[in-house]
Amino acid sequence: MSNASSIDHADAYVEVEPGTLPLDAWHRARGGRMVEFAGYWMPVQYEGIMAEHLWVRGNAGLFDVSHMGQLHLSGEGLDAALERLIPADVAGIKPHHQKYSLLLNEEGGILDDLMLTRWDDGLYMVVNGATKYDDMAHLLDGLPDDVTLNHMDEQALLALQGPKAVDALARLVPGVEELVFLTGARFEWQGASLWISRSGYTGEDGFEISVPADHAEALAEALCAQGEVKPIGLGARDSLRLEADLPLYGHDLDPETTPIMAALNFAVASKRRREEANFPGAARILAERENGSALKRVGLVLDGRQPVREGATVMDDRGAAIGRVTSGGFAPSIGKPIAMAYVPAALSAVGTRVELAQRGKVHTGTVTAMPFVPHRYHRGVK
Amino acid sequence: MSRYFTEDHEWIDVDGDIGTVGISEYAQSQLGDIVFVDVPEDGKELTKGDEAAVVESVKAASDVYAPASGTVLEGNPALSDTPELVNEDPEGDGWFFKITLSDPSELEELMDESAYATFVSKL
Repeated sequence: MSNASSIDHADAYVEVEPGTLPLDAWHRARGGRMVEFAGYWMPVQYEGIMAEHLWVRGNAGLFDVSHMGQLHLSGEGLDAALERLIPADVAGIKPHHQKYSLLLNEEGGILDDLMLTRWDDGLYMVVNGATKYDDMAHLLDGLPDDVTLNHMDEQALLALQGPKAVDALARLVPGVEELVFLTGARFEWQGASLWISRSGYTGEDGFEISVPADHAEALAEALCAQGEVKPIGLGARDSLRLEADLPLYGHDLDPETTPIMAALNFAVASKRRREEANFPGAARILAERENGSALKRVGLVLDGRQPVREGATVMDDRGAAIGRVTSGGFAPSIGKPIAMAYVPAALSAVGTRVELAQRGKVHTGTVTAMPFVPHRYHRGVK
Repeated sequence: MSRYFTEDHEWIDVDGDIGTVGISEYAQSQLGDIVFVDVPEDGKELTKGDEAAVVESVKAASDVYAPASGTVLEGNPALSDTPELVNEDPEGDGWFFKITLSDPSELEELMDESAYATFVSKL
């Protein structure tokens, strides 16, 4: 038996020995199976991906995402300067509010996706682990000298996700229940300052917690002592985000892919930014937004039980390759194999039947509306 | 009846010239939740080392190789609806396929149960 395809090592390979994160020993003591991911040893699973996935959908799961880059930006003219690198309405982000955006190259291709939050003393940016050093170089290159970039590598990052996350976290940190989706606030816990936002990467209600590394283990332990909470590995993180229509950088997004191709039109939703058209690749992206892109990211539900994986080919009725699967796996909440794929615009309508090829075998599936599992964010009472 | 193991974590039980093939307890524990198994067609001729079956977990696809040459007698019909049998009973009800051996002497190159246990303990 041998591995034919796997997510374990799919992230960027590094030549050097993987690094260890603040919770390394804690994961090992808890029975996490450690794999190399984004240059670090990280837990891919504890009791099993299926059980962990379903636990998060029904209860609450604790994810260690300390590999991600936590950056702090400050300085005169920051908003306007950052708007030259990303398409978001940075100036319009209200205090303690959070926005999704994209670092773009001059062709409008995606260099990374990120979350941006306005703090009292600047902007807090969370970027992907495998790309964080490239991102920092890109930011330093593109931002004026007046802007200071601080890599907050003394901070760990935890995510608590699931419908019962609020119950568990509010017991330890009263007040978090007041937050609504894409807002955050600073809290004190056992002498440590925590930045907590109501956000995440599973489609469920939940929180992301930036915690000083020297308090990370105590916080993880305190959270997992709550009956609702179990530690969850990267495997379930991947299957949860796939069901929730959340693309994964390096797989579903890359420098050849524009926001419109990726069906991330909401990332170029600001009317002011479109009229100014001064973000990288604006001409191409705005033309694609108007006329559509040649390829588009869609969701697929496969017939049968066999998953298709990243790299499988989408074929036309003559068997010619016309598209590509960028993420695929078995969806535990649906009980079927699902995938994200890039297909020609003509095949992107919901309900379109597609044929796929993988390792010499033909699979069939249907273009399906995403998210595959409805989002359950806590948007508050309107 | 004797049981042999490969370094790729297949096992084969041999009864006369009929072999029953599956994957080991160690293999299923490494794969995690199994969601699909593709077993070979009846009558398929396999040479030792051929890709004989595919097993898919939530996160990955893996090939299962023929531990010995022969003709496929039948695939395990239970696995199409209950692939999780491979997790629950990998070295019993979760067998993959039966094969009529064409060259039983090939088995001499495989490990017996204790040699395989030693092999796994060093991984």
